[in-house]
Amino acid sequence: MKDKNSQNGLQTVLVMVLAFIAGFIIMAIELLGGRILAPYFGSSIYVWGSIITVFMLSLSIGYLCGGKLSLHNPNLKIYGTFFATSAVFLLPLVFWSNQIMEFVFLQIEDPRYGSLVVSMLLFFLPTAIMGMIAPYSVRLMVESTHGSGHVAGKLYFISTLGSALGTLATSFYLVLWFEVNQILVTMVASLVLAGAAAIITGTRQSTSAA
Amino acid sequence: MNKAPTVFSRFKWHVIAVVVTAVLISTVDAFAQVGVRYIHQERSLYRNIVVTEDSTRRCMRFTITSRSGQNQSCRFLDRPVELVFPYAKMTLSSLLVQDEPKRMLIVGLGGGTLPDTYSRLFPDTEIVISEIDDAVFRVAREYFGFEETDKIKVDVGDARVYIKRAGLRGEKFDLVILDAFNGEYIPEHLMTVEFLEEVKKLLPDDGMVVANTFSTSRLYAAESNTYRAVFGEIYNIRQAGTGNRVIVASMQPLPDRATLQSRAPAFKARLEQFGMDVTEYPQYMNTQVTWDTGQRILTDQYSPANLLNN
Repeated sequence: MKDKNSQNGLQTVLVMVLAFIAGFIIMAIELLGGRILAPYFGSSIYVWGSIITVFMLSLSIGYLCGGKLSLHNPNLKIYGTFFATSAVFLLPLVFWSNQIMEFVFLQIEDPRYGSLVVSMLLFFLPTAIMGMIAPYSVRLMVESTHGSGHVAGKLYFISTLGSALGTLATSFYLVLWFEVNQILVTMVASLVLAGAAAIITGTRQSTSAA
Repeated sequence: MNKAPTVFSRFKWHVIAVVVTAVLISTVDAFAQVGVRYIHQERSLYRNIVVTEDSTRRCMRFTITSRSGQNQSCRFLDRPVELVFPYAKMTLSSLLVQDEPKRMLIVGLGGGTLPDTYSRLFPDTEIVISEIDDAVFRVAREYFGFEETDKIKVDVGDARVYIKRAGLRGEKFDLVILDAFNGEYIPEHLMTVEFLEEVKKLLPDDGMVVANTFSTSRLYAAESNTYRAVFGEIYNIRQAGTGNRVIVASMQPLPDRATLQSRAPAFKARLEQFGMDVTEYPQYMNTQVTWDTGQRILTDQYSPANLLNN
């Protein structure tokens, strides 16, 4: 019984830390999105409109899917694969964003729809997967603690705090110190590490349970 | 239940004092420049646009308060042809480096001073202006007498996008003037190596780019290195008493200062109407590297322009 409790405590802390990291990275990438798109579509208001639209849309779909997935056998291993998968889906942004933007730039004359299509291509998949993390986190924490309303509140607090700090850190300091791609690669690496931590912890849990 | 009113009554005098002080400060600010009238104010998609007028001149600026604000464009009421700003005259003096543009691109319309000046000098020259803000275009027409003609055309949109597309279409401009400001400084994506490479694609073999920048900022060295990385040697035009620095870069090797001096007299009479003696300008023009060449150049990947600026 005691063992089970400490295991749950560890899981709660881990989920909160990872939710914080996900929140941080989502907003850091959204903010860098403006930078990434500017050379092809300018820094006009509609470029931000496109980016924010796509982030909100992909997050909303991610929430829906994450919530649905959390119904069946929620565990840290699946949770960890969300992080790893979003890292993989971020790779085109790191390595092929110029080629993708160039292609769309040549196809679509109107920079409003050009920036919207590019935002969909570059940001939709990774952000949707990262959106799945929040509801799944709630489910994992509800499993280990009681009272879902309180848990959801705590989780939103920690992930949105992560988002606030991700926005601040990126816009105030990171762009001053690093190149856009250096920041992105660090984010990808963090997601991989976060995913690995979750998967390893999850594997240990299932072996000790068995 | 009564908590809120009690708190308010206790702090009422503080609140009133703060409000009165705020009103006083803003009034003092408004009268700081004696006789300045606010003719027009609007909030566009990108900024505030304020048009002011005093007894001698009418100005456009992008910030509300006059203390923090610098004017983007000004005209003398009784001598509309004469240039008010030293930077505009410095820009014009670049004609000593390369003369007679047949087709030119100006990034940033402001009050339309530069297009008006160049079209007065070269009536047959085709001038394209890239301006992001439709409201600036309208204010220039309504308050600064700017108008499109069959030679002068305005493209409303982001200059980076315009220049990229113009390059793809194979268009050429033998003079490109970069004068885009957003009220704070030059937008970041309009001062990177990649952007300047795109500008360079628009220049024919004898093309020239002239950029208006600030001389007092941490960006000075980074900016200079960025221009040199793309164009090689550049002319800096700097004049005491102004915070502006005009960069001149050319596809041709730059003529030396003695050559500029020998060219100046021929221009003197033509440029006098703009309130300048162009023979004075070669002394302000310099190719010497006087800045830290170790400062990192600005790229699309690294352009914390406005963060470095202060």
